[in-house]
Amino acid sequence: MKFGVLQFPGSCDEVDALQAARHVGDAELIWYGDKDLKGADAIIVPGGFSYGDYLRAGAIARFSPAMESVVAFANGGGLVLGICNGFQVLCEAHLLPGALLPNANRRFTSRQVQLEVIRADSRFTCACAGGQRLSIPAKHSWGRYYASEQTLDEMERAGQLVLRYAPGENFNGSLRDIAGVCNEAGNVFGLMPHPEHAVDELTGSTDGLAIFESMRLALKDSRV
Amino acid sequence: MSSATLPSLQDALALGLTHAEYELICEKHGGPPNRLELAMYSLLWSEHCAYKHSKKLLRTLPTEGPTVVMGPGENAGVVDVGGGLVCAFKVESHNHPSAVEPFQGAATGVGGILRDIFALGARPIAVLNSLRFGEPSSERSRYLLDHAVSGIGHYGNSIGVPTVGGEVYFEGPYEQNCLVNAMALGLCAREQIVRSAASGVGNLVVLFGARTGRDGIGGASVLASAEFGEADEDKRPTVQVGDPFEESKLLECSLELVAAGLLVCLQDLGAAGLTSSAAEMASKGGVGLDLHVDRVPLREADMEPFEVMVSESQERMLCVVEPKNVPMVLELCEKWEVNASAIGQVTDSGRIRVFQAERLIGDMPVVALVDECPLYDLEPAKPQRQLYAPSRPTLERGASLARTLLALIGSPNLASRRPLFEQYDSIVQSRTVARPGQADAAVLKLADGGALAVSIDGNGRRVAADPYWGTVAVVLECAANLACVGAQPLGATNNLNFGNPEKPHIAWQLTEAVRGLGDACRALQTPIVGGNVSLYNEAAQGGPIYPTPVIGMVGRMPDASRACGLGFRREGDAIALAGEFKPSLAASELAKLLGEELPDGLPEIEIDLVAVSLLAVREAVRSGELSSAHDIAEGGLAVALSECCLAGGVGARVTVPAAEPLSALFGEAAGGFVLSGPADVLERLGTSTNLRVIGEVGGQTLQIEHSDGLLECSLEQMMQASGSLGELFP
Repeated sequence: MKFGVLQFPGSCDEVDALQAARHVGDAELIWYGDKDLKGADAIIVPGGFSYGDYLRAGAIARFSPAMESVVAFANGGGLVLGICNGFQVLCEAHLLPGALLPNANRRFTSRQVQLEVIRADSRFTCACAGGQRLSIPAKHSWGRYYASEQTLDEMERAGQLVLRYAPGENFNGSLRDIAGVCNEAGNVFGLMPHPEHAVDELTGSTDGLAIFESMRLALKDSRV
Repeated sequence: MSSATLPSLQDALALGLTHAEYELICEKHGGPPNRLELAMYSLLWSEHCAYKHSKKLLRTLPTEGPTVVMGPGENAGVVDVGGGLVCAFKVESHNHPSAVEPFQGAATGVGGILRDIFALGARPIAVLNSLRFGEPSSERSRYLLDHAVSGIGHYGNSIGVPTVGGEVYFEGPYEQNCLVNAMALGLCAREQIVRSAASGVGNLVVLFGARTGRDGIGGASVLASAEFGEADEDKRPTVQVGDPFEESKLLECSLELVAAGLLVCLQDLGAAGLTSSAAEMASKGGVGLDLHVDRVPLREADMEPFEVMVSESQERMLCVVEPKNVPMVLELCEKWEVNASAIGQVTDSGRIRVFQAERLIGDMPVVALVDECPLYDLEPAKPQRQLYAPSRPTLERGASLARTLLALIGSPNLASRRPLFEQYDSIVQSRTVARPGQADAAVLKLADGGALAVSIDGNGRRVAADPYWGTVAVVLECAANLACVGAQPLGATNNLNFGNPEKPHIAWQLTEAVRGLGDACRALQTPIVGGNVSLYNEAAQGGPIYPTPVIGMVGRMPDASRACGLGFRREGDAIALAGEFKPSLAASELAKLLGEELPDGLPEIEIDLVAVSLLAVREAVRSGELSSAHDIAEGGLAVALSECCLAGGVGARVTVPAAEPLSALFGEAAGGFVLSGPADVLERLGTSTNLRVIGEVGGQTLQIEHSDGLLECSLEQMMQASGSLGELFP
């Protein structure tokens, strides 16, 4: 399989995402100005500060030519993973419900966090066991997940709440400890922590590989 | 030439030149310079650009060695790291801007040092910082700390370069004059390094990056080369404003230009802006440059030519390009949404000529601008009495040893730095093996399975007590940090933060410190490949800062997976005290807490013996058999042990050598290590260095048996004490 990793001016973690994806398949960078997704089977919208995030995190990147193609790709059922700033971009593009607000502590915070897998049957977590803990770093200043109570209830019923911060780990003040959510169709997923920074024991942990491996498995199954 | 009235001697004095310097400029220039020319001379002849009070001293430092690819004089030093790769690194200060506007001052300090690295064609892979503030009990210090840390994070986090390490100390003498030093390192293929010497008559000079505005005008001469006066608020407009997004594009664009082989030379714009970059580029290449100010993209339309030439607007680079490559250069800049404009040409005139609308408005010999500023001899004299008042005591004499340990762990200089480094992205680029707080040095893995290690250190109070031995100790501390992760030093960089060198006692501090720096680096065979000098760090009230040489050291190790952390790892491991450790309470953290006067001099250090233990520890770590390694620094053995316990989340039981307990537990010296691992491994190590097994890892408390009884603190108590800095970041 092949991952396409978007690259905006101001992206920071795109090469990390590229290298992480290569643990389970091919991967290539896609320049934000290109509409051609280069035949990618799955898209990663990486972390960073696209366009400096001066307006609102992710608010400008969503209007880029590549994102137009990604929206069409997602609407056609393609797998799209948004990490950190990528999660913000997907929310801004309305591919995912809710929004990311400034952290409760109002500071950029970088910390290894423990996550709990709420849904192990999603296309982004199917390599995990239900309730499994993942140790993955998070680093952001706008990571407080917010949606209306009604939306959250609906998402919960529809199984869209995929990952949550383990007790005591929710430093950004996300509602219901939400760390990662998917859309109703289950093919678009965003999370604030960085699975691409948890693919090597030497640099901290390998728990993030499960996310990329799940995407590979989901694609393989869909082709059978 | 402009016929407007020529500036007077008074104007020259106002720009920071001396009477004699002005006369020398007139002589070298061939008559009095006009306003534009005088502005350019005054900047290039400032302390900040010309190093006129420090250059003679700096020439005594060791700068050569088998690893050196580029020594001092380029944008950064470069050492060979093997496998066809080189590492460029440098430390630089942004003290005065940070004292005026801490957020932007610190942010642009990071931006500036990053440009020095990618100006060589190297991709920045890490930044570190070294910070000094007054005591956190002062509101001003808390404000400076909070905003400087935010500024560093804002810039480094947004540009995708990890902040992997640093240090911060709080001392009264920094109250009015904080220090913000930033270090960066970058990697590149050896054959891809770009130099900054302009060449090729007829080649074009291209300015790219942000537009030029009025920010930072006169920063080098006004801010960085004079003592602080009363009306610092007035200097706020001389501080530049940083835009990490612009720099991120500039970085990628510059590296693509270099990779495509489109540049003859590349140079960043820093202090003194276009004036300094152009003049240095011309000087290094032995050529002249014609520059057209009206071709410089401006942020404000009505800027005067001198403003364009001296503006310190951030995120700009200057390069020389062969005419045939200019369209490709402009196209690449457009891809990255970076402004670019050909603003001039390389000539064989040996002069910098400035034009406005084709009219010549400034014409100066490059040699006069860059090379003919006089270098001054210092007039050092050891002060008759101690310059610095003792700190206010915060611990009573005769406190119990447990209470003393907890007071030290909780003191601002020793408490956990976690509340600071959590505000930095330390992991982007996926190289960070040891994150801040995990090991004595940052460890950055390389593709070949090896790693680079990097550490930055300084201790102004000890240097104030003894500029020579204090500086030697700083170098040894830095090397000890590398040894603890198994790295061998490849090279060092230094930032000399001192007061006004025209005063004999400051000249003495500077001279002695540089002598110590040179001797220690020679003994460790570690060349100094670059650095920076920041003088005039004094306030009208409050006197000079502690003399603060800051050393950054980069090392190499063959196997990243064998880097030791500082924390104890395994119950039952033996704990050893290793190295040439002769603890003394002179100028120690404990002496500070007790409010003692600074002593006149520190104990001598047998540098060669310390070097032997550094080697032994490094080799032991490289064998992969140790569980942890930590050097003994501020707070002495007891604090080092508590740090090993806290980092590992496990207790320890040890017996310290029979001696007077206060100095055995809390005395400081270079060359001591706390190691843990299997008992037989440690005993074997004892054949190559001084070593004694003093106890064992285990339990939930730190128990230290000493000649006077037992000191016992629980992990919980120590953790609570060491978390004290959290209160500074509500």
